[in-house]
Amino acid sequence: MPSPENKKPKKRIGVFVCHCGKNIAETVDVERVAKTIKEEYPDVVFSTDNHYLCSEPGQKEIQDAIRGKNLESFICACCSPSMHEATFRSLAEKSGLNPYQVEIANIREQCSWVHSDIKEGTEKAIKIVGTKVEKVAENESLTPISVDVNKDCLVIGGGITGIQAALDLADAGYKVTIVERAPYIGGHMAQLSVTFPTLDCSQCILSPKTSAVAHHKNIELITTAEVVNVSGFVGNFSVDIKKTPRYVDSDLCNICGECEKACPVIVPSEYDGGIGPRKAIYLPFAQAVPSTYVLDADNCLGIHPLVCSKCKDVCEQNAINYDMQPEIITRTFGVIIVATGYDLYNINKIPEYAFGPDVDVIDGLQFERMLYVGGPTNGKVLRPSDHKKPETVVFVQCVGSRDPEHHMAYCSKICCTYTGKHAMLMKKKDPNAEVYVFYIDIRAAGRGYEEFIQRAQEMGVVYIRGKPSKIFRDGDKTKLWVANTLTGERLEVEADLVVLAPAIVPSKGTKELANVLKASLDEYGFYKESHMKLRPVESYIQGILIAGVALSPKDIPESVAQGSAAASKAMTILAKPKLEHEPIVATVNSEVCVGCKVCQGLCPYDALSFDNENNVSVVNEVLCEGCGTCVSACPTGALSLKNYSTDQLEKMIKAALRTETT
Amino acid sequence: MPEILNPKPKIVAFFCKWCSSKAADIAGVSRMEYPPNFIPIMTPCSGRVEPEFIFDAFAEGADGVLVAGCHLGECHYVVGNYKTLKRMILVKKLAKEMGIEEERIRVEWIATAEAKKLVTVTNDMVNKLKHLPPCSSKLKGVTQEEKTND
Repeated sequence: MPSPENKKPKKRIGVFVCHCGKNIAETVDVERVAKTIKEEYPDVVFSTDNHYLCSEPGQKEIQDAIRGKNLESFICACCSPSMHEATFRSLAEKSGLNPYQVEIANIREQCSWVHSDIKEGTEKAIKIVGTKVEKVAENESLTPISVDVNKDCLVIGGGITGIQAALDLADAGYKVTIVERAPYIGGHMAQLSVTFPTLDCSQCILSPKTSAVAHHKNIELITTAEVVNVSGFVGNFSVDIKKTPRYVDSDLCNICGECEKACPVIVPSEYDGGIGPRKAIYLPFAQAVPSTYVLDADNCLGIHPLVCSKCKDVCEQNAINYDMQPEIITRTFGVIIVATGYDLYNINKIPEYAFGPDVDVIDGLQFERMLYVGGPTNGKVLRPSDHKKPETVVFVQCVGSRDPEHHMAYCSKICCTYTGKHAMLMKKKDPNAEVYVFYIDIRAAGRGYEEFIQRAQEMGVVYIRGKPSKIFRDGDKTKLWVANTLTGERLEVEADLVVLAPAIVPSKGTKELANVLKASLDEYGFYKESHMKLRPVESYIQGILIAGVALSPKDIPESVAQGSAAASKAMTILAKPKLEHEPIVATVNSEVCVGCKVCQGLCPYDALSFDNENNVSVVNEVLCEGCGTCVSACPTGALSLKNYSTDQLEKMIKAALRTETT
Repeated sequence: MPEILNPKPKIVAFFCKWCSSKAADIAGVSRMEYPPNFIPIMTPCSGRVEPEFIFDAFAEGADGVLVAGCHLGECHYVVGNYKTLKRMILVKKLAKEMGIEEERIRVEWIATAEAKKLVTVTNDMVNKLKHLPPCSSKLKGVTQEEKTND
């Protein structure tokens, strides 16, 4: 063992051992710890104990020692670093030391509080402090890495969540670009008739927001577009946006509608859930933003102008241009908000429900379009098969939800309440109609939701607990077989119209986009937040935020709240003049790196790349989160983690196992 | 009762900063008691624990090594603990070749809320290691042999 006399200190280290009243001193002989550490470690030039290190007098003693003893670094042997590491680091800074020259030896939570024998407690405390002496002796002085921030924000998805996020950011003065795949913004909310539980007209509450987006000087809207590539990191994302042509110049189009009248092609309208028609050139709906026609190239005859150019011929504005080409728009953003929403579960995967073969079995969104006054049936509920008024309407909940064996295991959350709304509206339209709801459980959590369901029941909607086993066509009617799970009865119900409430699933293309963003998805394909409770809108990737149903099924108020939450999180990044990044990151010694590429592919943050020219690995310090997983894999020792180097950790292991010499 | 061969086994415990070290803090706050044989060394992630560290610990006289991280799928660094898992399988195999018993190397996933699990694991590990001879007695032969070869 080296004796302190014959070895000059490499670094002047101070050790302060806290009594924490009796919290530590009861099971640790703090004086002995201080004394032994000074004897055992030549770098420790000053060592003392103090009743409360975190108190003003305690901090003053440290400060005096830093000056009086010329300390270059120090250790506080006290409580957990989660309690006072920040306190002592800022004290170091105030006293002219680098904050990374401070280490906390946790001898309270991980020693005195879990042991009762003072001899054993003291021995353990000495070892814990010893490991920290070895660590701090090799600690580098570090400064947070400073990065420029691009002040623009990208919002992917123009549903209510994305709209809310974009408006909040734009109102705060940030430039926002919304990229939307559809030719209009508003998402599914634009398809709804009314919203629960207030029965507000959905368009009436949505259109002020969509029109605010259209007119906001800080918002740029790119529709019929998708994000195809993302590179870079927080503050500096480079994004490629692929814009599919609209074939109609939105600046020229005055929505006169002559083109639509002239168009000979009729196809089912996506906006109306396929129960209404549209032309190949169309305005998705009256309040659509952007307010301009769009040409559907897949169905149009006239992309070959020789075949048909009827719309172009009648367009007085000359707004139609068959020669528009897809384009890639490349832009830089500081933050990306993902609000890509949902689709409905493909009910064709449940063949026993005859969705498709029986046209009188429809889904909830199609029913919404029927209820909407401006919809394809002008607000009348009609059987698709014969356009007659249905006398018996049956609603089926949990179609694909809560079925872990066959479909989706989770609860889609909003279906109980919207089915209640549908049933209630059906009763309002026709009080004589027989309305049944088949359910597993009623889950109407939310302000006023439970009362809302009760109101539906009071209006005469019959709720029967049971999930249909089979739905099939029988002549003029649709029949359902179902067991009432409360009475044990087997029922056969004849219905004129059956409305299914399918599971909510991640929107089409979520997986592809997640790959581009390198964001994680859960087992069902929804985005995964970095902490379910405390970081609900942050992804694992810094600067990429997720909001709304892209994370999990939610209702409108929750989606709006998450849109605002994401905007506020985005502002905490965008508002900074420079970004600061924890400097405990991996480094490569390019002299030692042999280019074996063992480390490549280990980094979940894409911080490791390979420099082919020099045949060495390269760490992007801004992307590196400092886990050290790559460092542990490096066979040559070229990679190192700052302040957790292999040398440091090996010395710490030695100290942990050291036997006292005295 | 098997004979106690090593009353005070020495154990190095690698705790990750985010889960297992926090669990150890909570064990303290809850005043749970566990054997003082464990000297904690905190790393950002269990993925920072190099396989060599385990053998270093044995070479320095450890009787056991505990590597504790977040649960699989809950790693603060997304996948660091999966790498740890893979590495530790290899470490255990190598250790076995060297005559180091399996009980001496333990890999556990301990979430912040699982202070009780930490206590169970540490007690269990100490109990097992008490019935094994000190590890240094085994490795002494190896190191001496190396020296004579030099």
